[in-house]
Amino acid sequence: MLFGKAKILRSHGWQYIPDLDAVTLTEEFRGFPILSETKEKDDIERAAKLCPTGAITTAPLTLDMGKCLFCGECQRCAPRNIRFTNEHRLAATRREDLVVKAGDTAPKFDTSVIRPEIARYFGQALQLREVSAGGDCSVEMELNATGNVNFDFGRYGVGFTASPRHADGLVLTGPISQNMAEALDICYNSIAEPKILVVCGSEAISGGLYANSPAVDRSFLDKYHVDLWLPGAPTHPLCFIDGITRLRKKQRK
Amino acid sequence: MKLYYTTNNRASAVVLQDIPVVEYMELYHDLSERMHDTRYHVAHYFATEIENGLRFFMLVLDDETGEVLITSFIPDYYAEGLASLTAVHPQFHPFEREMHELYGIPFDSHPWLKPLRFSHDRRDRSSTMDSYPFYEIEGKELHEVNVGPIHAGIIEPGAFRFICDGEQVLHLEIALGYQHRGVEGEMVKSDNRLRQTLIAESIAGDTAVGHATAYCELIEKLAGVEVSKSLRLERMIAIELERIAMHLADTGALATDIGFQLYQVACEALRTVTINTTQAWCGNRFGKSLIRPMGSNHPLTEAKIELIRKNITDVRRRYCELREDILEAHTLLARFEQCGLVPKSEMERIGGVGQAARASGLKRDIRHTHPSGYYAEMEHTPIVKSECDVMARLATRLDEVIQSADYVERLLSGYAPSKDIAAPNYEAQLKGEALSFSLVEGWRGEICHVALTNGDGRIVKYKVKDPSLHNWLGLAIAVRSEGISDFPINNKSFNLSYCGHDL
Repeated sequence: MLFGKAKILRSHGWQYIPDLDAVTLTEEFRGFPILSETKEKDDIERAAKLCPTGAITTAPLTLDMGKCLFCGECQRCAPRNIRFTNEHRLAATRREDLVVKAGDTAPKFDTSVIRPEIARYFGQALQLREVSAGGDCSVEMELNATGNVNFDFGRYGVGFTASPRHADGLVLTGPISQNMAEALDICYNSIAEPKILVVCGSEAISGGLYANSPAVDRSFLDKYHVDLWLPGAPTHPLCFIDGITRLRKKQRK
Repeated sequence: MKLYYTTNNRASAVVLQDIPVVEYMELYHDLSERMHDTRYHVAHYFATEIENGLRFFMLVLDDETGEVLITSFIPDYYAEGLASLTAVHPQFHPFEREMHELYGIPFDSHPWLKPLRFSHDRRDRSSTMDSYPFYEIEGKELHEVNVGPIHAGIIEPGAFRFICDGEQVLHLEIALGYQHRGVEGEMVKSDNRLRQTLIAESIAGDTAVGHATAYCELIEKLAGVEVSKSLRLERMIAIELERIAMHLADTGALATDIGFQLYQVACEALRTVTINTTQAWCGNRFGKSLIRPMGSNHPLTEAKIELIRKNITDVRRRYCELREDILEAHTLLARFEQCGLVPKSEMERIGGVGQAARASGLKRDIRHTHPSGYYAEMEHTPIVKSECDVMARLATRLDEVIQSADYVERLLSGYAPSKDIAAPNYEAQLKGEALSFSLVEGWRGEICHVALTNGDGRIVKYKVKDPSLHNWLGLAIAVRSEGISDFPINNKSFNLSYCGHDL
């Protein structure tokens, strides 16, 4: 019995990633897109037409990461206009910063809009309540993964808690189904102030494929202030970890 | 008169005219008899709007011959109601409930005619999530425990109501629908087939490969295209990788719930290796973007073949060590054995599918009974257990991971990057006035998609069935007479999809 467990331990060795910030993902990963304008517009127009969530505009050329599902099909249509890099640090503090323009070389993370109390109250420890409202379970699994043996976000005092009364903020996933809208609202209002609101995954940010579905009710996002937007389909655990970490940092004046 | 059109999972789409329109009572009597034989079970049953009424379609699977029986009927508009098949064979319950909810069809003597998922286009708008008619038992000794819709962990929402006598669960009722996003409606809103593929991938994010494969096979049947052998093989590798990853996740989740941390962290680590392998293949840890109609954007390269082989061999070795230890861990066995029994007879009655059905001794596996794609070219032996308990549901996972890893290793040994994998095709003309279906064994079980096209070859109706639709009732039965504290391990042993059910 004990011998068996020792064998398992030895086989697995150290699993945690010592420096989460130093990780570079595989070349295949589709993260931040680099856009380039071209005179000839046929390719990009074809890509914009094919895009299932209408994330691309052609004049001027932009790509909205809050709508993008990172399927990579536009890059195949218009390789001269769009190139996805493996940059996974996609977090933004303002919704409009998720719209990438031609010439942008890195995601924008505007620290000036971060409320100072976030660092003051949550810099040491942050407990979050996750609510899935029509999420397809992939973002939820990635959020679970942030606490697993590899990423171990808990080492920085960030974790997920069961009761909203114990939470410092809410992480929303999914396009917000009508049937969940009320429960989501109740949950958010059960969290004591000060609190943060994190919107995780492109489907939560824009509604994604379900943006115009009659079964979806997105009024929640019109009512409350969002502190962090995390695109992705699903959001990579490292994108979540990076975003939350930067949100909690003390800002120099 | 012929009651069914007989086809199989490899044949091309069926012309609507070939599907017989039968008298409902005739069908009712035939099915009442036929379904007593467990080789048959219902794969799909739905209604669609036609001029002046509704046409009902039903797909019944014959596990012995691999045949798919398709039939339809058009009830009289003024008919008072239809005799309920659920009253005779409970496996019909989710389908009849759905049609009742959407179209208000009364199914006479249906024992449980409750809302299924509170879809946005339900007929009775006054019926809402809050007014779900939970079953009640009165008694001084009894109490109710209400859980959800938001659960303690990071999982999807669903409402569970237990009626308990002390610690013992007398009854569990599961009310779903919170995840309803309108998948089937969105599927036919636009003809953009890339969009449809992505919707299929989002039906249940943990089964992205399974549902995308089901969508693509359905489209290929409608387009009359047979994809190359290499593409079939690569799709099979993708779906087996998904199976490995999710079975690893569930092994870990079961260990978590009994506080067995070593197994939990070992499984987390193994799953990370597996899904990172998928990510190195296609750029997404869940295999989204990997499966595309008629082709692939990510044909395997020399380096990727090598990487998958190396990683899966390693995962298999480490999981074998874990498996051996699990099978000897008496504290774990004490919790899992003889807990959450769903006897074979019950599993048959509710029409259980997939891994959970196999744990109850039911040899139901699409890869074996109705193979399509590369599975049609090989012999697959389903892993079946007879114990019917939580441990059996874990044991099927323990064995299926090894089996799937063996498949991946075997298929990739000697496989060279192929030149006959085309780029995806989102434009092909589809057969008009036809019904196309696909059956795929996802890691949970039988996925069934059905589409109807109009004269122009446009998809006008799309129906999705995730295996969870059958199996949720299995979970409710499993916890009956168990201690309420054993609910989590029962839940994890099934690990059913909320969004796949709610659509």
